[in-house]
Amino acid sequence: MATNVEALSIMSIFDTFLNWKVFVQTLPLLLSGLTTTLTLGVTAIILGFIGGLVLALLRLYASSPLRQIAVAYIDIFRSIPILVLLVVIYYALPFVGLRLSSFGAAASALSLVSAAYSAEIFRAGIEAVPKGQFEAARALGLSPWRLMSDVVLPQALRIVIPPITSNSINVMKDTALASVVAMPDLLKQATQAQALAANPTPLISAAVIYILILMPLVRLVGVFEKRLAVRGR
Amino acid sequence: MMRPIIEMKNVVKSFGHFKALHGVDLQVKEGEIVVVIGPSGSGKSTLIRCINQLEEHNGGEIIVDGAEVGHGRKSTVLTEVGMVFQSFNLFPHMSVLRNVALGPVRVRGLSWAEAEERAQRLLTRVGLADQAAKYPAQLSGGQQQRVGIARALAMEPKVLLFDEPTSALDPEMVGEVLDVMQQLAKTGVTMVVVTHEMGFARKVADRVVFMDGGRIVEEGPPDEIFNTPRDPRLRSFLQAVLSH
Repeated sequence: MATNVEALSIMSIFDTFLNWKVFVQTLPLLLSGLTTTLTLGVTAIILGFIGGLVLALLRLYASSPLRQIAVAYIDIFRSIPILVLLVVIYYALPFVGLRLSSFGAAASALSLVSAAYSAEIFRAGIEAVPKGQFEAARALGLSPWRLMSDVVLPQALRIVIPPITSNSINVMKDTALASVVAMPDLLKQATQAQALAANPTPLISAAVIYILILMPLVRLVGVFEKRLAVRGR
Repeated sequence: MMRPIIEMKNVVKSFGHFKALHGVDLQVKEGEIVVVIGPSGSGKSTLIRCINQLEEHNGGEIIVDGAEVGHGRKSTVLTEVGMVFQSFNLFPHMSVLRNVALGPVRVRGLSWAEAEERAQRLLTRVGLADQAAKYPAQLSGGQQQRVGIARALAMEPKVLLFDEPTSALDPEMVGEVLDVMQQLAKTGVTMVVVTHEMGFARKVADRVVFMDGGRIVEEGPPDEIFNTPRDPRLRSFLQAVLSH
């Protein structure tokens, strides 16, 4: 008797959470959501990278007013929850005449925050380049721009590969927040499909898809870190 | 009469409350080899770092090749001053050839082909012709420092500054670097060398400058400095470094 109940409940777990039919039916919807998620994530990662580099250079080398603005920006956007920022951009900015699409709002919120985090990573990377490298470049007579692009940044970027990859993983995960502003990303499509099928299998599928996409990146960070450690610098 | 290529007048440099240079006067003539000696913390490194403005002096004047430097002046004259560092400071992400060719391309406007040809020639001159494709980390300390010298020479500077170029080297590698410097001294380039190598100073210097406590205490031809030192501080310094 007891074993029958157990068998029944195992059956119902499969039917409920890992229902093959529902999975196949909702997969196209999930994949379209995945495309949106990847587009959003990659956009935010690239914009955050560029913004972070500019902010880091301003914070380190700009003169007073610009530097203070960079510092304030970095502090504010590292303190604000992305979800709050997203809601403000999407629901509040229209009151001052700035209406962004859900993709635009999500990409802005993610990029603005990622830029602040990346800026601190780049700053640490630049500061980790030995002082002698700056001196050798200056002694050769390289312009400040060439000093950065030829000598310092190539070394700094190598140093920051692991933390920047970590940050990119976070950005990718945070794309799921975009579902609250009705962006048809992977999570939004999964909840939609769950409602349609009256079955949570699409949510489980989405979770598996997130893991399949992000786990290789997580592993990659480990590989980078090991490689840096081996080089001993 | 050769004209002075470096003129320092009453140069003062302080780091916070610490005064590293207390009004130093120094003239270096074109083609002259000046060796600066003195105990650690005597200001000798600060002195040459002020010449190419790695440190900005707080007072006095520094004139290089007729142009005053420092205090925010944007001057191209500093590209006429090359520097060789104690810790080499080669660019670790570039091949040896690139390290030497970079300055001529970025500052002198040579093409990469021209600059690499020049770099190859200079590497041959310092005995490293076959190491051009390697990266700095693959070379010994002595080899790295010879690349550092080639890199400075590639800019065809009028003045070469050496900041304790052999202090970070294992003893068996000091000789190969000093040999290259000695060869260089015969080519007519102006050299200011901060070093603890008294043998080099004796053999190669036209003039030896002894510093202590941020001041030039005594200067003169090596014979005079080493054989008939007048100042008691120089005498005790020489006793300390030459006694063993």
